[in-house]
Amino acid sequence: MSKSNSFRDVAVVSVASHQTKILSEVNEVQLMADLISKCRNSAGVTQEEIGFTCSGSSDFLAGQAFSFVHTLDSVGAFPPICESHVEMDGAFALYEAWVKLQIGEVDTALVYSYGKPSAGSIIDVLATQLDPYYVSPLWPDCFSLAALQARLLLDKGLITLEKMAEISMRSQKNGSDNPNAVRSSKDVLFENLMNEPPIVDPLRASDISEIADGGCAVILAAGDKAKSFCERPAWIKGIDHRVDSHTLGVRDLTRSPSAFLAAEKAGRNTDRLDLAEIHGMTSAQELILEKEFDLNEETMVNLSGGSLASDTMMASGLIRISEVASRIISGQADRGLAHATSGPCLQQNLVCILEGE
Amino acid sequence: MADPNFPPASLSQEVEIPESISGLEPVRSVRSPIRLLYDFVPSPPVQEYLRAYSKKKILGHRSPIDGAVFVPPRGVDPRHGVLIEESVELSDKGHVGNFCVTHLPIPGRDDLETPYVSAWIHLDGASVGFLGLVAGCENDEVHIGMRVQAVWKEEEELGNTAENILYWKPTGEPAVPIEKAGNRAWDQTNE
Amino acid sequence: MSAELTAILGIGQTKYSSTRGDVSIAGLCREAAYRALEDACLDWKEIDAVVIGKAPDFFEGVMMPELYLAEALGAVGKPILRVHTAGSVGGSTALVAASLIQSRVHEKVLTIGFEKQSESNATWALSLPQPFSVSINAGAGGYFSPIIRQYMSRSGAPELIGCMVAFKDRQHALKNPYAHLHQNDLTFEEVVDSPMLWNPIRYSETCPSSDGACAMVLGNEISGDRAENPVAWVHGTAMRSESNNFPGRDEVNPLASRQCAADVFRQAGITNPLKEIDAVEIYVPFSWYEPMWLESLGFAELDHGWRMVEDGTTSLSGGELPVNCSGGVLSSNPIGASGMIRFAEAALQVRGMAGDHQVDGAKKSFGHAYGGGAQYFAMWIVGAEKP
Repeated sequence: MSKSNSFRDVAVVSVASHQTKILSEVNEVQLMADLISKCRNSAGVTQEEIGFTCSGSSDFLAGQAFSFVHTLDSVGAFPPICESHVEMDGAFALYEAWVKLQIGEVDTALVYSYGKPSAGSIIDVLATQLDPYYVSPLWPDCFSLAALQARLLLDKGLITLEKMAEISMRSQKNGSDNPNAVRSSKDVLFENLMNEPPIVDPLRASDISEIADGGCAVILAAGDKAKSFCERPAWIKGIDHRVDSHTLGVRDLTRSPSAFLAAEKAGRNTDRLDLAEIHGMTSAQELILEKEFDLNEETMVNLSGGSLASDTMMASGLIRISEVASRIISGQADRGLAHATSGPCLQQNLVCILEGE
Repeated sequence: MADPNFPPASLSQEVEIPESISGLEPVRSVRSPIRLLYDFVPSPPVQEYLRAYSKKKILGHRSPIDGAVFVPPRGVDPRHGVLIEESVELSDKGHVGNFCVTHLPIPGRDDLETPYVSAWIHLDGASVGFLGLVAGCENDEVHIGMRVQAVWKEEEELGNTAENILYWKPTGEPAVPIEKAGNRAWDQTNE
Repeated sequence: MSAELTAILGIGQTKYSSTRGDVSIAGLCREAAYRALEDACLDWKEIDAVVIGKAPDFFEGVMMPELYLAEALGAVGKPILRVHTAGSVGGSTALVAASLIQSRVHEKVLTIGFEKQSESNATWALSLPQPFSVSINAGAGGYFSPIIRQYMSRSGAPELIGCMVAFKDRQHALKNPYAHLHQNDLTFEEVVDSPMLWNPIRYSETCPSSDGACAMVLGNEISGDRAENPVAWVHGTAMRSESNNFPGRDEVNPLASRQCAADVFRQAGITNPLKEIDAVEIYVPFSWYEPMWLESLGFAELDHGWRMVEDGTTSLSGGELPVNCSGGVLSSNPIGASGMIRFAEAALQVRGMAGDHQVDGAKKSFGHAYGGGAQYFAMWIVGAEKP
């Protein structure tokens, strides 16, 4: 990415999200119609005024080819809209929208994403994400792969079971303030977490993210438009994403070079970060990310509880961005880092740095 | 332009087979079956629709914006992205908005004799159509605007499924004029 | 701030065929990408980002294949995006790649669309039982046939217009070495006598199912100026979507299509498409869509598009507006790539590099893709000169 100060100022001006263990009272279309309306209303913008719409979702998660076609109904695409879709987490849809706003022809964008992992079996579904000739036919499940990664970290002495439990505890405690958190507990005890038997050694249940249904909508706006929609927009100071090798044996699973690189390109420097929302499937992955992003005690990590509290595939990354943005908009924080991941063992990573004025 | 049939030179390098497996037949393809199970839970509007359907009632959803009726009910008005809460009961009569004569069998539907007519059925009172099978007449008698009525399964065979209506048969009533058939009907009432 | 000028520096395709049993999915993609880089006289490491698109993941049964393809596409350490907008995906993927250049976020982008249909089970992918609706659609043809029938009755078009389109496109394909169908001895009578699938569409009027990949290298203005081979310049880009079932919808001539075309022509400063555009590559998977799209896009008056087919206007042999000189989707259809092939073929025309299917002196051309229930549209206009 070229020099960030030559880019147009684009900010998150409103967000809406909802996560729950199993979405049953409404379907995805109704959920998103509700979230998108809330998001537009809170910014005070109509769909006709929105220049570009972009969404992220996955057919494999939904169990239906072209599943995103139905959800277009939630937006109200009449008159016809300028709209695109990525088969990726909504965070990457936000990236596409940010790029579109940089061109200068439009000033506002709507981004949304959703997922209903409860409909299928996530471990079977994610096994199809792997190399179709050599790996997928063995059906390695995502938790086992994450466990391999955790085992490597432990054996190298880079993390400990105690550190992992601390991450789990942080998530559960922080999550207790978040209505979207499916797993949370104000009074969770460290000893209990340490004593949990492993689900997939060395990962205990509390080390693995809590799968949840849900969705998220975000409005982006540029320059003065952003100021007209929101008193304190969350400005995107930098955004970038990178991918590592897919072949698991080729890379060092105790690191995520693409996370490091994305953060660097997005402008992660020595400036203070008030908060960070990072997206990992396990506590061990959060430890890797904290290191790649050079997060220290200054930064409050995953105040929302993070994906360990509620993990909606395809939306978790966008939700991390919305969590940082909403705390900046409300004045709780000035500068934050939001992260999204995709692929096995942190293969692909997006980093977004947001700042309030 | 390079010959399209040959891979580019740098991509067609000979792979050196190790001595130990030099006699083996290379694997040229792998067949890897995939089986994924999903639980589809119908949302409340669809549940309401299916329950009514099992009693030979067809429900639609009425938009709060302008009263447009959508069938089957989808919970939102797709033009505006607003939630719909009001259900209305529709008759099981309507007309053919669009159709085609299909000569291909459908996997899993051995009950359909080809060629058969699949059509967009516009029920009286509905603002959009849905797919249905037209039978009970010669295929070449079917025309845009033809009035039809549902032929339901026998009582004991009805269930909470879209398969309750076997097909739509012509009523013999005068056809709806082409300019007012299918989606054109909405233009007429709302100009 | 105005958009950065975007150039198409290189194009690479694989020979479309029903089965490319000699390459894996990665191999197929790499072949197209390699050719595009070669045409652009660039090395893998000079690419800043990759944008890949394909039809539903369920087809090949690989979820989010951009992850598996990261190494094959030289994307390690780079950004990679995966676009999915149903049938228009090849087109919208090219547009997302173009926007990375137009926004000045990147200087050189590799974009690719692919489909390995021989390794997919489209029937399984498309027929996942949806418990709440009746399954009698029998495929895309079953969906579009009623719409075509409406067009025929509205316009009064003669019955064999569709066959004329199919015959013309297959003749064009004989001049495109990459095309899947090379029906050397095909006669018009054979097209007409072909079995009816969904009345009015015969087997001969439908697209094949192909393996294939199509890649392009896009670059900024400086890259375009410095390129060794001729480049094509982007004059306009547009995307539009609408719901596929709402009251009063015109399915024959969707509003989204009309508005998308109006936008792209406006950007390119074109007021008389028929006169100002020299070659057209539009997404025609079923023959009748040629006259239907020509009308919707504004190349022909409503209800008169079929005349352009009948009088040879859309033929490469002396027509005023040659359409689908590459043979079109009717001659090659790797679904995820088909849209991109349209965009790439449009660019080949104005670069003067379309070989035997070149429209002489083509200076401006039009690329088009559509998908879903004729509800997603992606279009671009490219020229031999800068806009």
